[in-house]
Formats: sequence, structure tokens, C-alpha cells
Amino acid sequence: MSETRPETDARRIAAEARDRVRFEEDALALSDQVYRVARHLVGSREEAEDLMQEAYARAFRSWRSFTPGTNLRAWLLRILTNLNIDRGRRLQRTPDMQPLEAGDYYLVDKLEETGGPIAHEERVDQRLSQDNIVAALSAVPHDFRDVVVLVDIGDFTYQDAAQILDIPVGTVMSRLHRGRRILKAQLAEEAVV
Amino acid sequence: MCDCSDCEKLLQPYLDRVLSVAEELEAKEHLAACDYCDRRYRFEEELRMFVRQAAAEPMPQELRERLAALRLAH
Repeated sequence: MSETRPETDARRIAAEARDRVRFEEDALALSDQVYRVARHLVGSREEAEDLMQEAYARAFRSWRSFTPGTNLRAWLLRILTNLNIDRGRRLQRTPDMQPLEAGDYYLVDKLEETGGPIAHEERVDQRLSQDNIVAALSAVPHDFRDVVVLVDIGDFTYQDAAQILDIPVGTVMSRLHRGRRILKAQLAEEAVV
Repeated sequence: MCDCSDCEKLLQPYLDRVLSVAEELEAKEHLAACDYCDRRYRFEEELRMFVRQAAAEPMPQELRERLAALRLAH
């Protein structure tokens, strides 16, 4: 039997407990930002809350696999997006729609067709409501929505989004472009009808 | 003279600040010369801010407490 040194062991255990507490506190401090993204990755508030709880439970269990000094918010989002895919919500909730092929200017052109030219000083919220945005976002197919939500709402870089979703940066860029176009086409439908 | 199809191609990467210096200059020149594209650029910029604000929904306090309760027993 190997000889253990109780003092060294005690110190190691105390240091580990300290690291774990710090990790948990850091992760909880980011929960608002993680929720902002989670809320729009799934269709409803209830689903977002379930997903957050699952993700945090898993994060707390596997805290040792986080490398201190790296991006904790991206690490948490990676757990969350993986869980979201594992739970098959992607398949259940993807609406059966053909993405509209629209240009970058589609929305603004459409708004101008129906409501007259957009004035220089006019604000977007004079033409679109918060409900329009939330509804349009939830109608974007998941593969595209995940990227739009991570980059445009979560403020992640292309590189972070690529790591979180485990896809190449080029795919992030193309899905982002397409996703924003679909979002604007949805908004045009929402706002103009 | 503004070529609007070129301008539209540059619009999204310009908004994302990922253009090279030369491309960015080209986009700026287009926007300065073309009122049509300039108004669309401003709209896109505002839209992106608006999407971010409109999507923000505060986390329910109850969820915050439930997450804190998931911490491992010490």
C-alpha cells in the first residue's frame, strides 16, 4: 500500500474544491447570456428552460473537462447545442418550408413597396415590431437559425460559432448569409401581410 | 456610378466587419455614391441592432435559482 501524505492530499482536495466553486460561479454568472441564445435556439420558453437545466447539470458534472482561460460561454453553448441536437428537437420542430430565395435587400424593398420609401432618419422599429422579429426567427429552419442566433444575438465570432456547432467556418458564413435572408423573407411576410 | 449588385454582395460582410481594407473602401465608395444602397445599408444596420434588442428576454428568476441549485454538493 502506498504511503500517502495526509497534508498534501488535504491541500489537493481543498484546491480542487476551490477550482470547482470558481467554475460554478463563473458558469452561473454567464447564465443570462447563455439563456439569451438558448431562448431562440428552441421554439418556446419552456423548452429553453429545460435545455438550460440539462446543460448546466451536465456542465457542473463535467467541469474538469473545461480548460481554464478558454471561452467558457462558448463551452457552455457547445454543451447546450449538442443536447438540443441529441434530444431530437431539431427533427421535431423544423418547419416544413422551402426557404425563400431572396436578396439582401428583399425586406427593405418589400417594406417600401407597401409603405413608401424608408426615410433616412426612420428607425426600423417604426416598420417592424418585436413580435414580428420573434415570430420570424422561430420560423427560420434550425440549421440556419442556430448560426444566426449565435452570431447575431449571442455575439459569437464566426470561429466560435464554428466550434460550438462543430462545422467549418465557411459553412457558418454561408448559413449565416442564407439564414439572414430567410429571416428577412419571413419578416417581410410577417410585417406586410 | 454605383453598381448595386456589387454593393449588395459587399453589404453583409461589410456589416460583419470582415472585408479586406480594399473591399471596405470599395463598399464605402459605393455607399457614398448611391442613395439607394446607402438607405439599405442603414436599414440593415438598424435591423441587426433591432433583432438583437427584440430577441432579448430576461431569464426568469426561478430558472436562475434552479440552475444554482444544480451545483454539485460541497
